[in-house]
Amino acid sequence: MFGILDQQFSWLNFTILALAAVALLLVVLLFVMYAIYFERKVIGWMQLRKGPNRTGPWGLFQTVADVLKLLIKEDVVPKKVDRFLFLIAPIISFTPSFMVIAAIPFTENLYFTDINVGLLYYGAISSLSITGILLGGWASNNKYSIMGGMRSVAQMISYEVPLIMSFLGIVLMTGSLNLRDIVHAQIDSGIWFIFPQFIGFVVFLIAGNAELNRTPFDLPEAENELVAGYFVEYSGFRFAFFMLTEYVYTFALSSLMVTLFLGGWDAPFGLTFIPPIVWFALKFLLLVFYLFWARATFPRVKIQQLMEFAWKGLIPVALFNVMLTAVLKTLGIF
Amino acid sequence: MDYIYSNSYTVITIFLLLGIILPLATVWGVGLILRPKNPAPEKLTTYESGLEPTGDAMVQFNVRYYIFALLFVVFDVETVFLYPWAVAFDELGLFSLIEMSIFIFMLVVGLVYAWKKKVLRWE
Repeated sequence: MFGILDQQFSWLNFTILALAAVALLLVVLLFVMYAIYFERKVIGWMQLRKGPNRTGPWGLFQTVADVLKLLIKEDVVPKKVDRFLFLIAPIISFTPSFMVIAAIPFTENLYFTDINVGLLYYGAISSLSITGILLGGWASNNKYSIMGGMRSVAQMISYEVPLIMSFLGIVLMTGSLNLRDIVHAQIDSGIWFIFPQFIGFVVFLIAGNAELNRTPFDLPEAENELVAGYFVEYSGFRFAFFMLTEYVYTFALSSLMVTLFLGGWDAPFGLTFIPPIVWFALKFLLLVFYLFWARATFPRVKIQQLMEFAWKGLIPVALFNVMLTAVLKTLGIF
Repeated sequence: MDYIYSNSYTVITIFLLLGIILPLATVWGVGLILRPKNPAPEKLTTYESGLEPTGDAMVQFNVRYYIFALLFVVFDVETVFLYPWAVAFDELGLFSLIEMSIFIFMLVVGLVYAWKKKVLRWE
């Protein structure tokens, strides 16, 4: 980042990097607050309602008030829970969600890490969150939460396979797992991977939506059957951390999708007078909007449809995409 | 250039620490000062739609979930094998493509077998 990563380690550089990481954390938290506001507004408009409009101008302070409310709620830890696991589950779930953002390159100069296994790092760390969800559901010692936790794990592991396979076409085309190299490959060839890797993109879009546990794949927290799923017993800020995890993953997954398929910070049509970070943000917001749009449009699927769709639909398609890319590359088309 | 490797993992450590500090600082730090503490025996019971909770939730669970977990392990390990192949595909060329086709074919046979055995059905 701005050349600091190339220099020898010193405590001054360490401090700068730590401050930059704190700044990113604040940006992510701000994004989460206004993503929730934006989501409620968008869904409100789509259902011909107004959405939040009471707290502050146009309801802009609604989520700020919600966070404050959660902070001053009493923290109830029921008697029958497995206390230690119950308390650490939100942390286990949240920490990886922030760690994966370290791998994302935002612009040519603004990146936090430059590791050769960036994509593998993202896949590996993001799957650790599942442990937190299962622990939270099990430790609550509540029938709804264990069902929600089990469903959540079954769903997330099933959709993780096609999600990770959908990257493989891109890895084949670039021969690198480094996310900066992947963006550079798109800039150099002048074509974003959404076009040559369209099948991979569609698989990613669907599997990513399921990984985030968002509607139409929000079975783990299907409120009309399971109350709230794996966080039934959580209250106050512990509950907030499970929600936060979900939205931080929205941030991370949309950023990853921009990096992999939409050319990262690359300006389309030679419109380079708009700064790269703005391009990144625009593409990013488009994908975030897609997630909210899907929530307002699709009804929730049934659990058997959900599991069968992953194993009988997405995984064969993702495998086919890998082999197709390899064959086309051998023939010299890519 | 050599420093970038160690520096990157230093940054990842910073992210890890921040990800742990934030929940600790809010739940056990600021939250502890701001939130009320007013325990009552009714509050500490497990929620079960307003009824008295019966039995224990930490019980043996439907085996179907574990079958999917086994399938997941098979396919995730397969993906792990696919990654190095994909990275080195340029150097390996046609021979590796045929080899990988055989490997994927064997796994697809496994998937078809599970499909026909109705393991993938969720009833």
